Amino acid sequence: MATTPTLDRHTLPSGGRVRSFIKRLRAGEEAAYLLTLAAAATILLITSLIFYELYVQSALSRHKFGFHFLFTQTWNPVTGDFGALPYVYGTVVTSVLALIIAIPQGLGSAIFLAELAPPKISDALAFLIELLAAVPSVIFGLLGMYVLVPILQSSVVPALRTVFGFLPVFQGAFYGVSYFAAGVVLSIMIVPFIVSISREVLLAVPQEQREASLAVGANRWQTTWHVVVPYALKGIMGSIFLALARALGETMAVTMVIGNVPQIKASLLAPGYSIAAVIANEFTEAVGDLYTSALIELGLVLFLVTFVINGLARLMIMTTTRQGAHS
Amino acid sequence: MQNRNQTKSLGLASALLGGGLVLAGLLITAPGAPTKAAMPPADSLQITGAGATFPYPMYSKWFNEYQKLHPNIEINYQSIGSGGGIKQVTEGTVDFGASDGPMTDDQLNAFQAKHGAPVLHFPTVLGADVPTYNIPGVKAELKFTPEALAGIFLGKITKWNDPAITGQNSGVELPGADIVVVHRSDGSGTTYIWTDYLSKVSEEWKNKVGKGTSVNWPVGLGGKGNEGVSGQVQQTANSIGYVELIYAIQNHMSYGMVKNAAGNFVKADLASVTEAASGASRDMPDDFRVSITNAQGKNAYPVSSFTWLQAITDFLHWMMTDGQNMTEALAYARLPRPVQQKELKSISKVQ
Repeated sequence: MATTPTLDRHTLPSGGRVRSFIKRLRAGEEAAYLLTLAAAATILLITSLIFYELYVQSALSRHKFGFHFLFTQTWNPVTGDFGALPYVYGTVVTSVLALIIAIPQGLGSAIFLAELAPPKISDALAFLIELLAAVPSVIFGLLGMYVLVPILQSSVVPALRTVFGFLPVFQGAFYGVSYFAAGVVLSIMIVPFIVSISREVLLAVPQEQREASLAVGANRWQTTWHVVVPYALKGIMGSIFLALARALGETMAVTMVIGNVPQIKASLLAPGYSIAAVIANEFTEAVGDLYTSALIELGLVLFLVTFVINGLARLMIMTTTRQGAHS
Repeated sequence: MQNRNQTKSLGLASALLGGGLVLAGLLITAPGAPTKAAMPPADSLQITGAGATFPYPMYSKWFNEYQKLHPNIEINYQSIGSGGGIKQVTEGTVDFGASDGPMTDDQLNAFQAKHGAPVLHFPTVLGADVPTYNIPGVKAELKFTPEALAGIFLGKITKWNDPAITGQNSGVELPGADIVVVHRSDGSGTTYIWTDYLSKVSEEWKNKVGKGTSVNWPVGLGGKGNEGVSGQVQQTANSIGYVELIYAIQNHMSYGMVKNAAGNFVKADLASVTEAASGASRDMPDDFRVSITNAQGKNAYPVSSFTWLQAITDFLHWMMTDGQNMTEALAYARLPRPVQQKELKSISKVQ
């Protein structure tokens, strides 16, 4: 993939090639190249191994259900009838909901911390945010179950319903555990990723960019919004991808607040299920080859869902940034 | 470790140690199967097992106590779930397995095909499920008929003041509120017991849902683990769920009574669970793969079950005798004498 950043070795006579290699090795150049290449290769290797294993181990289920697996709603371990749709739906809905809540909040705090807040406050808050990222997900799950869900039930959802109650997404019975609760818990979990990385990226924008903008008469906010943020956009998007990946794969916190019912409901207040949650819930006690195989295929599906969503998001960025001044 | 590998290389299961201890896979060679005795140096023996989480507190206590008596034996048990236990013992990666449900015929055949010898089941302790509920204003212990429980979990009885419930609970003011059903979301032996019971008492449940560690629930929310179910029940008005008896006892939860096969309403406790196993012991098959839900017996609690392990030998023998004296301290119901005797007989045959 990468090109060797050295002279063209093919033009050297073989003795010279060896001598040159040793020389470069001694200088650390070749060693660094090989080491970093090996490190990068492990990523590709691990990803393809995961994919390969999931693919091979899910053979039984793939052959039995084919593409119907993706589009059917039944999940019956007793009769051995499996379909992934409710889980895919739950995974996508909760992750998108989490992003809708987390992007404005995370980006807002990143901009404040990087551009507007005094450096001391910025550093202190950044430290707190990194602490938040280190909280184990089971803690978020428990807080969600015992603190957030009762609050949603007693005040947030009734308030939402008085304003938006006419929308189908806020209708139906509400038991607390729901897509909505899962989305909110996930948003809290992924915000630190967005804030922490976006702040670093914004801080890395060269001072000259700001000065140039201020010099032509833009005020501070205009500078931030029209110059600094677009300059850092790629990095910010990177932080959002990382956050999304975390949301799609989150298991423990989601299963504790989503209600674990494999169904598809338009209402965000209905209970649902997610791919990662059902794998964690059922894999240990799954008895029988087809059942296990179906759960592994769910893992494969999660892999593909992540792949597709990431691809779509990247496509979106590519088209939107092309419209800007530079690609 | 070395000894363990040796065990495996012998094919099925049997490591011999100094005092004639034979340990075998959860699933052990049947009597008469060729058992080659390896004589490892009597310094130390490691035995690894894996399986059900439900009996884990009891097993870890037993393994600990047994180790005190036999300092050269180290037993390592991983509570990875019944499915994992069965899988690992079949693949031969552990010396014994443990499960909350008996292995199916297919699984037994798979084991036989792989190891050339059958695997045996031994009940070790008993467990039970109890219905727990949260109805604002109702403090009384409710009585549930099998029909009421099946109806509620099938989603056919939807209100607390349905005659199927109120009929047995005169004097209790039950509201006309919708019933919220809560079940386990994780695959579990607790669910196996509950659905096994419902399958026995309701033809419709048997045909529509069936039994298993996870099933396709007609209604309800899923909570992860006993704590997930009880947490969900506590937070949801007018809800009902089921938890393990031990969990309910240890957390001082109140729970309902269930009508047994003899027609009596029984509250689950260690004695009524043991009685359920006594009732079933009369026609217990020789491989011990038996369900004791809805058992006969005047005071038998109907939603009871064995949990199985198959480690043979001395250790198993010890569990069946001295080990049983430790069960009640941990809120496990002990095995009734006839079952104990029958198992000891079976164990001696293997030895």
